[in-house]
Amino acid sequence: MSTQVPKQKEAESPAEEESAPSVGKQRRDQAKAERRTAAEKQKEAAEKAKEAEDTYHIKVFRYDPEVEGKQEPRFDEFHVPFTKGMTVLDALMYARDHYDPSLTFRHSCRQAICGSDAFFVNGSQKLGCKTQLSELSEPVRIEPLPHQDVVKDLVVDMDHFYEQMHAIEPYFDPDELPDGELEEQRQTRENREKVKMSTRCIWCGACMSSCNIAAGDNQYLGPAAINKAYRFAMDEREGEARKQERLKIIEQEHGVWRCQTQFSCTEVCPKDIPLTEHIQELKREAVKSNLKFW
Amino acid sequence: MSQSYNRGLIEDFGRWREFSAGMWAWIFHKFTGWVLVGYLFTHIAVLSTALAGDAAYTNTIQTLESLLLVRILEVGLLAVAVFHILNGMRLLMVDLGIGLEAQDKSFYASLILTGAITVASVPTFIAGAF
Ligand code: SF4
Ligand code: FES
Repeated sequence: MSTQVPKQKEAESPAEEESAPSVGKQRRDQAKAERRTAAEKQKEAAEKAKEAEDTYHIKVFRYDPEVEGKQEPRFDEFHVPFTKGMTVLDALMYARDHYDPSLTFRHSCRQAICGSDAFFVNGSQKLGCKTQLSELSEPVRIEPLPHQDVVKDLVVDMDHFYEQMHAIEPYFDPDELPDGELEEQRQTRENREKVKMSTRCIWCGACMSSCNIAAGDNQYLGPAAINKAYRFAMDEREGEARKQERLKIIEQEHGVWRCQTQFSCTEVCPKDIPLTEHIQELKREAVKSNLKFW
Repeated sequence: MSQSYNRGLIEDFGRWREFSAGMWAWIFHKFTGWVLVGYLFTHIAVLSTALAGDAAYTNTIQTLESLLLVRILEVGLLAVAVFHILNGMRLLMVDLGIGLEAQDKSFYASLILTGAITVASVPTFIAGAF
């Protein structure tokens, strides 16, 4: 974003043409004319879409700290022609491709696997590519995830979330390795079933964003990280010593005990992970390993 | 990425319409908890008038009970206490890991029970106040 040359930026933002530095009258006039026709075309398309029966009205949060005049957050409205099976992500992509190329959001797989497109849709955290437009009431309000800093439009800063995820050492690390180099480390079926749901996390950050406690306490590990810890702490192949180390991490001051069972995270998780249940189970594990009456 | 825009925490209550059952339970539990803490102080204040003798205590209680406002507040107190107890039991179950998938239903059940008990208590509390 910061590597953009000024000219490109100018072309991207018709509103700023007056304040942009002059490059040469002729070129500017030409560019202006081009822009005008483009703008007219866009407007026409938008109007046509609005008239047509099957359109969806979406309101998208816009903010760009690098362009003067866009630093004040606002909502842009788009009318997107509806096709059956259209998701929130499809609508955003349509708006970007047909109306405003500067509309910025993350996405990649479009099949709820990469975890890059969690947005705040009509007041709750949802995965753009997994949310059908037809399930939402109009106008569909699309905002960046709450409680995270907005970088541009729908893009939020995920650094803090990733830091918390790394804090619990999210990798398989058994006490003992098998003797043979190529020997497999088998897991029992029951144990696999136990951790199954917790392995499904796609690091989308929806849960963390929905959690009031995480919002108020920046050091709180958050549901996703604790769920990751659960995935390894409950894995019997790792061994008792490692499990105790893992419990140490999650029972710190800003670990599991911060959870006040609001169930917000469980409610929004696009992979249906029973987050609260896992956090509660780790709480019980932590108590069990600390309370010894015998 | 020189700057980023922080929307702060204000939006949280702005979106109360979208709150889910668990969130409401959390808010109500906090609220009723604080009300009960506040009540504890007035409760001790009233009881401690007994230090000045039997008559003083009887007098205080009688004056308080003759006020309609106090009668209404008592109904409110009962509602707050009942909800806090019922939701407390719900949270106990949650802590024990029992029936987590039914946590929203148990919240609604606490609400309905609280309502029923409160309504049933009104005749007792208001009797003789008018
Ligand atoms: S636990 Fe669910 S909501 Fe949280 S990051 Fe993982 S997939 Fe997303
Ligand atoms: S685009 Fe990959 S999860 Fe939605």
